[in-house]
Amino acid sequence: MKIKFSRILKIIFLSEFVKSLYLAFIYIFKRRATVNYPFEKGPISPRFRGEHALRRYPDGEERCIACKLCEAVCPAQAITIEAEPREDGSRRTTRYDIDMLKCIYCGLCQESCPVDAIVQGPNFEFATETREELYYNKEKLLENGDKWEKELAHNIKVDKSFR
Amino acid sequence: MFLEYLNIVLYDLLKIAALVVPVLIAVAMIVWVDRRVWGAVQLRKGPNVVGPFGLFQTLADALKYIFKEVIIPIHANKVIFIIAPIVTMSLALIAWAVIPFSETLVLANINVGILYIFAVSSLGVYGIIMAGWASNSKYPFLGALRSAAQMVSYEVSIGLIIINVLLCAGSLNLVDIVLAQKNIWYAIPLFPMFVIFFISALAETNRPPFDLPEAEAELVAGYQTEYSGMMYALFWLGEYANILLLCALGSVLFLGGWLSPIDAYPFNAIPSPLWLIFKILLLFILFALVKAIVPRYRYDQLMRLGWKVFLPFSLFWVVLTASFLYFFNLLPK
Repeated sequence: MKIKFSRILKIIFLSEFVKSLYLAFIYIFKRRATVNYPFEKGPISPRFRGEHALRRYPDGEERCIACKLCEAVCPAQAITIEAEPREDGSRRTTRYDIDMLKCIYCGLCQESCPVDAIVQGPNFEFATETREELYYNKEKLLENGDKWEKELAHNIKVDKSFR
Repeated sequence: MFLEYLNIVLYDLLKIAALVVPVLIAVAMIVWVDRRVWGAVQLRKGPNVVGPFGLFQTLADALKYIFKEVIIPIHANKVIFIIAPIVTMSLALIAWAVIPFSETLVLANINVGILYIFAVSSLGVYGIIMAGWASNSKYPFLGALRSAAQMVSYEVSIGLIIINVLLCAGSLNLVDIVLAQKNIWYAIPLFPMFVIFFISALAETNRPPFDLPEAEAELVAGYQTEYSGMMYALFWLGEYANILLLCALGSVLFLGGWLSPIDAYPFNAIPSPLWLIFKILLLFILFALVKAIVPRYRYDQLMRLGWKVFLPFSLFWVVLTASFLYFFNLLPK
């Protein structure tokens, strides 16, 4: 068996170990790749499919016309809608529930919506302590819409040309 | 008479507390250093939320462990199961008694200091064996056996390396060993031994690349598998106290302990315990860097390295050192 002399030298002087030690030492002074999460956040695409929201028109009228397209398209069957004509004769939902635990965040509801009522916003930090809190009803969704309207409108505007 | 006795006991207890408390705090800090260095090498930040720079992370972790439930497996041997982490922890701490922080600042200035440390660190295996055996479960048992075999193997080469130092210093007293390095640190003439001591210390404390006893891919967590809560934390503290001890031993034996590198003004002014702490920290950062860069050894490779490489090599170096000292008439008086 022939063993190279240089290889023996390498082993005795731990050259590879010393090299990697040097590399590790250099890496200590490199810029960190970490995003310091709760204090700083990474960029989010306008198409980001986060927490759901029901939007309103600028005059405060809710957009949803209870066409039930989202309920029909939802692959996880997470959406439940009940509708009745309102006193003024317009068709509105009486119930709009999303089971956030069933939802697979595919974005089909947003795509199917003819009036941009149901949208998925940029918020992904809606963890709760109990299961029940994640069964969203109409009030919760409308409240989300009011809370995130600025971002939602901006995202739709930015993404419009691609839809 | 009794009061006098009480006085002495209380004074000694105070001295012990003055040593143990800083060591425990140092252990907490060193865990933080370990995680920070490890993170830095991987371009992460490491713990940086709890307290300034995340310094209190370890305290927060310890608090968490205290409040966790201690689970004792039903088939475990309860007495030994509970004693094992206590043994590990206390053995890691009592060895600190002989580490000299300066010429006078040493808890127990005994003449067989180095033998004492060696004996205590050998006993450390018992804590692990007891833990593995008392758990009455497969993974802890295998982990404990591996750990025991590994620690015993590397203790042999550490012993021979220490003999090298003893030949040069001519004393078993750690203070004398440090004082013998006044002219030149033993890391320079005995450099190969220093390297082997460092690697053996890694193996002795179950650090990567020799962390086989806790190889999570095959043994879950080795001998700690069944432990939880404060008992796990004791193992963890014991392990780091041991690492710190070996770093201290390395700096005392090879890096001139509390001596400053140059016996001149700006270096002289720094108090000697600080020098020792600085050297320990330096060695520990090296430990942490090694953890970040090396893959784990296979078991047979580990044994081969211990018995077929380090043991013959350090034995050869003992002979070399002895004959060198003898022929050039350099033997210590």
